[in-house]
Amino acid sequence: MGIEAVGISKRFGDFVALESVDLHVETGRLTALLGPSGGGKSTLLRIIGGLDDPDEGSVHIDGLEATGVPPQRRNVGFVFQHYAAFKHLSVYRNVAFGLEIRKRPKAEIRQRVHELLELVHLEQFADRLPSQLSGGQRQRMALARALAVQPRVLLLDEPFGALDTMVRKELRDWLRRLHDEMHVTTVFVTHDQEEALEVSDELVVINHGRIEQVGTPTELYDNPDNEFVMGFLGPVTRLGPQLVRPHDIEVFLTPEPGAVEASVTRLQRIGFEVRAELATPDSTPWVQLNRGQAEALKLQVGARVWLRAARDASTLRAAG
Amino acid sequence: MADNAVLERPAVAGPRTRGRETRPRSARYIRRAVAVVYVVGLVILPVWIVLWRTIRQGGSAFWNAISAQSAVHAYQVTAIVAGSAVVINTVFGIGVAILLARYRFPGRRLLDVLVDVPISISPIVVGLALVLAYGTTTGRFGTDLAKAGIHVIFSAPGMVLATSFVSLPLVLREVLPVLEEEGIDQDQAARSLGANAWQRLIRVTLPTIRWALAYGVVLSIARSLGEFGALRVVSGDITGQTQTITLVVDERAEQFEPGAYQLSLILIAVSVLCMVVISFVRPGGQR
Amino acid sequence: MTLAQTPPVAAAARGHHDTGERVRLTPTAGVSLGVAVIWLSVLVLLPLAAVVARGTGHGWNEFWHVVSSRGALDAIRLTVISSLIVAVVNAAMGTLIAWVLVRDRFFGRRLLEIAIDIPFALPTIVAGLVMLTLYGKGGPLGLDLYATRPGVVLALLFVTLPFVVRTVQPVLMALDRDVEEAAASLGAGPLVVFRRVVLPSITPAIASGAALAFGRAMGEYGSVILIAGGLPRTTVASQYVYGQIQDGYLADAASVSTVLLVISIVVLSSLGIFHRRQVRRG
Repeated sequence: MGIEAVGISKRFGDFVALESVDLHVETGRLTALLGPSGGGKSTLLRIIGGLDDPDEGSVHIDGLEATGVPPQRRNVGFVFQHYAAFKHLSVYRNVAFGLEIRKRPKAEIRQRVHELLELVHLEQFADRLPSQLSGGQRQRMALARALAVQPRVLLLDEPFGALDTMVRKELRDWLRRLHDEMHVTTVFVTHDQEEALEVSDELVVINHGRIEQVGTPTELYDNPDNEFVMGFLGPVTRLGPQLVRPHDIEVFLTPEPGAVEASVTRLQRIGFEVRAELATPDSTPWVQLNRGQAEALKLQVGARVWLRAARDASTLRAAG
Repeated sequence: MADNAVLERPAVAGPRTRGRETRPRSARYIRRAVAVVYVVGLVILPVWIVLWRTIRQGGSAFWNAISAQSAVHAYQVTAIVAGSAVVINTVFGIGVAILLARYRFPGRRLLDVLVDVPISISPIVVGLALVLAYGTTTGRFGTDLAKAGIHVIFSAPGMVLATSFVSLPLVLREVLPVLEEEGIDQDQAARSLGANAWQRLIRVTLPTIRWALAYGVVLSIARSLGEFGALRVVSGDITGQTQTITLVVDERAEQFEPGAYQLSLILIAVSVLCMVVISFVRPGGQR
Repeated sequence: MTLAQTPPVAAAARGHHDTGERVRLTPTAGVSLGVAVIWLSVLVLLPLAAVVARGTGHGWNEFWHVVSSRGALDAIRLTVISSLIVAVVNAAMGTLIAWVLVRDRFFGRRLLEIAIDIPFALPTIVAGLVMLTLYGKGGPLGLDLYATRPGVVLALLFVTLPFVVRTVQPVLMALDRDVEEAAASLGAGPLVVFRRVVLPSITPAIASGAALAFGRAMGEYGSVILIAGGLPRTTVASQYVYGQIQDGYLADAASVSTVLLVISIVVLSSLGIFHRRQVRRG
């Protein structure tokens, strides 16, 4: 059940967007497709939604074959980065669109649209045109419009990508809460790792047309399979032959077993955080400390310290 | 050269608030005078003279001319020919604009260029081209069509073809930029909401392009009503049969028969009406 | 180490979706494309091919013989020279009028604005009648340009008036006045400002407007015939072609038409170049 995509490949001319990708999304989960631009995540989402056809592979939604079925018969909700609002229709008519297409009775449409507008906090804007709404409001309208037809799955393509940081953060929390209430199977595409870590139940990291790793946000952050996933989900630095997160490095003022000697080359305070850049014989790691830790160590540029990856830290052996 | 001398003294007033004149100088008056005299002499005065002559010939002359049997017949022919051409070009324009804006296919660039070709060709050449292709005895395909009982040249189909030809890209060129600007997001959103191709066209695409479409249709109407050269060739200019209003005006004017001014006035009135409609529709983005 | 900085910042900065994207043909779109191409062929391509085939069908010698015959050559020469004059006059006057419309404010400006569109809106034969009435025999100005070459040029100027005005006007409106003022503040006189700052930005628009006017004048028929009369010395190319058609010399008509077609195509492709340049200048 849920979404089952098997062996999906897609090329645009010479460019390989996806190469035999398998994706399984469980019913009721909120899954994020995360990866850099051009990595193939949007293409995969559009293939699930039927907006693009795969060159190879098959898609099943809730156990039903969806490959080759045009989007208008898939019953999926799709939310676009740039809202794709019907500019000539009021907010009410935008949300009602899918129901009108399905020729539902007027009374039912009215009731459902009002429920949804309430859900997305746009009741008082029902008669406005999309051009009279802010970006965040437009995207909430687009979401209500997609939900109106009670889709089997909800697909969001960089839904907050065109919004500014504040609105983005607000909508992100709101999407999470909405999902907790509605439990509709949801897949959303993002290139923002913070957004993905914060909102999703499950994370799928995609790069160069392949899936790099799948798991919960915690699993992926703590146990990345490779350098790419580790680097994409958070800061990474190199300590000797190891790749480690800068906040997972322990700093000592005296030699400790397993610790390497280093000297402080630069100290930078960013609010509550202190970044120390250091030099060991074979690497130049940086360490993330909080202000308390830095003060306790009395770090100074030129000071001599010993560094070691924390015992439970996730580390990878650096390639090359 | 004299024109250039005038032209080269433009930014005269230097820094000043937009659109408001604070320091008029002689150069500005000279430019203004030259522009006004040129346009008045070339356009306003001639049109005014025609209006004046028509008025001077009196109301009964006007009524007789515009209600003459040949004139009434010409209205019908014009309506049928121009009407068909406008409908054809509207359907073609919308369809091809959608194809060019939303789809990729081999030859897309070529199609984009080809649809503009008709607008730059002499109407007489257009007429000749249709005669050479579809003339009953002269055309490459016309002889076969004639055997099948279809007569294109010297009858309505040829006149519709000629009129469609000369106004082919007018709707397309108005609609295409709007479609390109809007992109395919709205169409795809409608698809994901369950709308089929026809529903998407009616509910999403047409409302999106409605002003540009109206503008293009009015342009097509004006151009189609006024077509003369191509029609003169393909219609055979047969009095009382294949004459449109423009052909009747020409006949009356060349043979110094009364009625040319009066019928011209009708055409001028329609043109002015079209211009008024256009000026209402033109400010893009207006809702 | 630089790895650390990659994810959010760089990816966000790179932006992503191209809004001008196009999709593969759907079956419905494919059928529409087929119909459109067939219609374009039936209406435009096959007939034009028939003209060229007929015009050059008896070999190049015959083609040159027809095209260089006295009547044809005179008509083509008159048309080309008149059209060049028209293009040049339009480039100058059209730019001036556009300038006045954009930068000047005076009583009657709206009327001037409307008058510019009249030549496009009027049917060509009515335009011809209008010119004949004012500048023909017995006109109120006492000028008799009937059956003269200036009369032909005047008619062509009338129908081509809007081209340069309407191509230059939007560019002038979009022009950033700050740049002119900056130039003036740097000590450039009005003349220098125009030549060095304004003219370079509007030149592509003037050129494409003038090319449009030239192309239109080359093929013009309806507005010219009344004032040109039927005399050989004032017969323009399309009028000559019409005469040949009337007399039944279709092959000769096709040969001269082929010349006109080639000129149209040259003008059209030069327009593409101007247009690209204009786009590049933004």
